[in-house]
Amino acid sequence: MMNAFLNISNGEAIDRRKIPHLPFADFRENALEIVREGGKIVQFFGYQDGAAMKFMTVLRTDKLMAAGCDAPEIYPSLTRVLEPFHMFEREIAEQFGIQPVGHPWLKMVRYHPNYRKVKDVFGNHYKEDIPGNYDYYQVEGNEIHEVAVGPVHAGVIEPGHFRFNCIGEKVLHLEIQLGYQHRGVETLFSGVNAKRLPILAENIAGDTTIGHSLCMAEAVEALTRVRPDKGAKIIRTIALELERLANHIGDLGALSGDVAFLPPANYFGRMRGDFLNLSLLICGNRFGKGLVRPGGVRFTLSDDVRKTLNERLKELKPQVIHVLELLFLASTVRDRFEGCGCVSTIDADHLGLVGPAGRASGLPYDVRRCFPTEYYDEVGISENKKTTGDVYARAKVRYDEVLQSIAVIHSLIQNPVETKTVTVSNFNLSPSTFVVTLNEGWRGEVSHLMLTDKDGKILRYKVKDPSFHNWNGLAMALRNTGISDFPLNNKSFNLSYCGFDL
Amino acid sequence: MFSVLKNRFEQGYRTCSYPKEKPAIFERYRGKPVVQPDAPRELAEICADACPQAAINVDLKKIDMGRCIFCGTCEMLSNKKFVRFTGDFEIATAQKEHLVTAGDLPDLAEHSKQHFKKLFGRSLQLRQVSAAGCNACEADLNVLATPFFDLARFGINFVASPRHSDGIVVTGPVSRNMKTALLQTFEAIPEPKVVIAVGSCAITGGPFYGSPEITGGLDKILPVDLFIPGCPPHPLTNLHALLSFFK
Repeated sequence: MMNAFLNISNGEAIDRRKIPHLPFADFRENALEIVREGGKIVQFFGYQDGAAMKFMTVLRTDKLMAAGCDAPEIYPSLTRVLEPFHMFEREIAEQFGIQPVGHPWLKMVRYHPNYRKVKDVFGNHYKEDIPGNYDYYQVEGNEIHEVAVGPVHAGVIEPGHFRFNCIGEKVLHLEIQLGYQHRGVETLFSGVNAKRLPILAENIAGDTTIGHSLCMAEAVEALTRVRPDKGAKIIRTIALELERLANHIGDLGALSGDVAFLPPANYFGRMRGDFLNLSLLICGNRFGKGLVRPGGVRFTLSDDVRKTLNERLKELKPQVIHVLELLFLASTVRDRFEGCGCVSTIDADHLGLVGPAGRASGLPYDVRRCFPTEYYDEVGISENKKTTGDVYARAKVRYDEVLQSIAVIHSLIQNPVETKTVTVSNFNLSPSTFVVTLNEGWRGEVSHLMLTDKDGKILRYKVKDPSFHNWNGLAMALRNTGISDFPLNNKSFNLSYCGFDL
Repeated sequence: MFSVLKNRFEQGYRTCSYPKEKPAIFERYRGKPVVQPDAPRELAEICADACPQAAINVDLKKIDMGRCIFCGTCEMLSNKKFVRFTGDFEIATAQKEHLVTAGDLPDLAEHSKQHFKKLFGRSLQLRQVSAAGCNACEADLNVLATPFFDLARFGINFVASPRHSDGIVVTGPVSRNMKTALLQTFEAIPEPKVVIAVGSCAITGGPFYGSPEITGGLDKILPVDLFIPGCPPHPLTNLHALLSFFK
């Protein structure tokens, strides 16, 4: 079947009238067809255009494609046919009160009243705090016991609720309920001054500051017809790789700690800080806040900075390699990592896993390779997938990416980098325009989508963190796994609560 | 075993000697802002207009560090002639109004409650609650447990249960969905207890000010003893605050 979707490019501004606006039945059939053939969902969301309620979706195969339609108040669920729509349909139901009939597990995503102030799909009144009005899924039987964890966790981490249904030590089912971190980010985006946009983007998820900032900046750049110079692209690429390095190294340290092998846990914990400090070296903030702005970057990579960066990297690289070897060659570590929390390629595909979690389960997708932005066209990122889908695979993907990121940064800082810095974010967006941006953050595909109205105001700002796809992967990994392996599995995904909750 | 020893040798001793010596931070770090009192008003207005956080008071010529996210826009715009961000990371205060500053902060150690020093000076156990924090504040609190900072050498630890703790460290703008859990955690801590607000989100709502989903200032719902500004506060800012206030 020829599909009616329009092929688009990452970060391309498109006149909204050119995005096919289909009858709902055609929209549904086409979207299902593409996903059935292996397509994945980048964005699927609702928005209000004047008095009309509409849907729009961006799908990916080896291309990106988009289409929209008028949204019915109730419609036959797409999830009922194909699982990858699952979270998206729940989100639309929560945000706009639109009912997907036959959705197999229609429950709230973040727990907030819908934007249209229409009847609540879940029957919530929102007078009680989360989890308020919700019955968790229960496995029945004499021997079954439940374990409830959170929202406040034992460590210094973000809040979320985990409900385990166990038989003995074995987890039969894990249900993850988030929403505690909901700050109303998408609504803020379409209401605030231009000067606040970069600040909001930086704070969607602080550990993915660069990933989200790049998506925001590229979207604004498309809608203002501004192109950052080559130097800015190089600096942003370095920043995204530094973010990946710091987080992957932190994760490997935490994984080591969770199998009680303390030397790498401490060494990596310290080295993570060294990589965060390299972000501070460039822009004054350990998380890269304040670096990326529409139009470029706010800080140059002066020769002094480049020299220090080179020296530090040279000093850190052998240490990183030695500790990686220490961790991965320890038989006790291998014994705990291997075969723990497996997610099969088929399950990963149905759940639409992205990033390292997807690559560990045999899905090679990497935005840097498939839809490159910034300087990635020149860098060239090799395919990196594993097939076992266990904790070991998720750790090994990070191992490879740590070395890859060091190599990328090293190659980019050998020659002088010149850029004209930008200071103030003040801009007029082109009216009635569509843009979608994707970047490979350290957790996977980060995507922002912006629609402007006829006056150039933001009509809809849609944010998707990779964790939106991947939390269900963690739930799947825990099936038939010992509950004592939960911390290890959780760390092997290390997903974002606030990125999901928005 | 050999590789464990070899790595141990390579890693060496890494713990910083703070507070005896201040570790060097790279030059671009933006710590305490200092306002030039004789800067022209027009310049101050330009900066205030561009400030994404509405943190600049033109009449007083002061910056509210509780709102400020230390992005440095005002410094760049005024070419350091109105605001200059120094490398001084010792910026926590005991009173919220002290955060509104032209660069002169009261000595934190003197403003701490003396009975806190007596009670918690030798042992301070803290429970951290992230209430819609973006994970940057949380990460830079977590990092205090790594060998470089080694918070435990001062008798200060982050503990797993409020029942084991002497106080609560809150990050994030306190979302509506997290408010009850936060208050319940606070209630579970035995008296006497301390409340510490970390990061501009916890102090004023930070980048999310104006959202109906957040509380926008922890002091609206809990009695805050210590304010640690930043987005996020540098780990040394946190360390300084804890040591000055409690030791």
